[in-house]
Amino acid sequence: MSAADTIDDEPPPPSAAGWTRQKIFGHALVGLWGLAGAGLVWFLATSWNTQLFEKYGPGYLSGLGVTLSLVAVSMVIGAILSVPIAYGRMSRNPVLSWLAYAYVYFFRGTPLLAQTFLVYYGLGEFRPQLQELGLWWFFREAWYCAIFAFSLNTAAYQAEMLRGAIESVPRGQWEGAASLGLHRLQIMRKIILPQAAIVALRPYGNELILMVKGSAIVSIITVYDLMGITRFTYSRTFDFQSYLWAAIIYLMIVETLRHAIEWIERRLTRHLKR
Amino acid sequence: MPSAWTLLSWGPEGWLDDIAYGVLVTVSLALATLPVGLAIGFLIALAKQSKEPSLRLAGNVYTTIFRGLPELLTLFLVFFGGQIGLQRLFQIFDPNATVDVNAFVSGMIALGVVFSSYASEVFLSAFRAIPKGQYEGGYAVGLTNWQTMRLVVLPQLVRIALPGLANLWLILLKDTALVSAVGLSDILRQTSIAARVTKHAFLFFGFATLVYLVLAIVSSFGISAVERAVGGRDERR
Repeated sequence: MSAADTIDDEPPPPSAAGWTRQKIFGHALVGLWGLAGAGLVWFLATSWNTQLFEKYGPGYLSGLGVTLSLVAVSMVIGAILSVPIAYGRMSRNPVLSWLAYAYVYFFRGTPLLAQTFLVYYGLGEFRPQLQELGLWWFFREAWYCAIFAFSLNTAAYQAEMLRGAIESVPRGQWEGAASLGLHRLQIMRKIILPQAAIVALRPYGNELILMVKGSAIVSIITVYDLMGITRFTYSRTFDFQSYLWAAIIYLMIVETLRHAIEWIERRLTRHLKR
Repeated sequence: MPSAWTLLSWGPEGWLDDIAYGVLVTVSLALATLPVGLAIGFLIALAKQSKEPSLRLAGNVYTTIFRGLPELLTLFLVFFGGQIGLQRLFQIFDPNATVDVNAFVSGMIALGVVFSSYASEVFLSAFRAIPKGQYEGGYAVGLTNWQTMRLVVLPQLVRIALPGLANLWLILLKDTALVSAVGLSDILRQTSIAARVTKHAFLFFGFATLVYLVLAIVSSFGISAVERAVGGRDERR
């Protein structure tokens, strides 16, 4: 009698199919989300008001522009500032590295809103001195103050990302390049940075998204970004849809950015896939 | 012109007592949000790693929405939306009802949903770091689903998730500053009032940032104590 004879020919019992508890619960939750989405569409459709849209719609568009340019400008300035800070963090000079560490610790350890207040309201206390230096025109404007505070803040975060990415490249890469007779700057540009870019992409993308979301707080210091326009519209109309439209626009920006970053990451890591 | 020390002293002359009240509000808001956020985040992570596609979808929609909205907007949506929604609900019974939503509770809800959507990602990656054999081993010695989760998986999960959660705690502590925008007397609002009354804005906002820094430093001591208690990741076993 062979082993095969002892095995029944019966098929295995059907898996516990049908409506398990998990399935019912999951469908109920998806149904709730569906209801919430339908409710949102219904609310926006029934409270649609062409007059309001014509009056405040263009404001939203300009607010969107303000938000995006604030984020773009601060990200670029922050990226430039982050290079010396990251250099300081990695330097062997204790004074330099301590200074850079203190900078990063301060800007990462305190709320962005408090930093913005410190710049916008706090520096106003030094108006005579700033006027003497000819800098008052800059710190008088909420817009410039916002860019100033946001750039300093994101520089701290970006410096840490840059440092992490550069340190993630193995030492052997430096040594190998040096043994080929490359100059330090050449090594950085041709060997280290291309490899660090892959590591840094995701944190940079996250920082970009965090900046888009964080930029909403400039509305508190009277900058009319997307959030500022929304608060202005709400204070005029007391119409809750003003907040809902802002939510939809922010979600669309963030989702677009997230998918764009994922696409870029797939492109950059093509050669690593098999 | 009062000196900085008088302004920052305790009592009717100075503002330290008012700021101390703000610290109390900030810390209690963050501490009240933490357990709610952790619990919801854990449940969302369970949903997102479930075999059932509809549960995964529901969990992913939650994270997409609350990670995509600015925290300040979420707060306003909860604060004003809650007010309007509850008012309409109560007006069914009593046409003259007016509702005031508590700023503390709305702050807790808004920060809680944001915290939980980030926490769910931390828990999810921690779940993925636990090998399947741990569950199978649990079942093999006759533990139920719940017992396996509680006795085998959770102790390891906490250890893996702790650094990520500690980071989220520090973010939560900073995000509490936003509730000053809906009128809750936290550190930033108390210092704003002091700055407006005394016209010493730099002094008070500078002091506020220092208080936040101290809170962050104290938290990191607390976090390393917790890490030691659960046997941190890098502890040799």
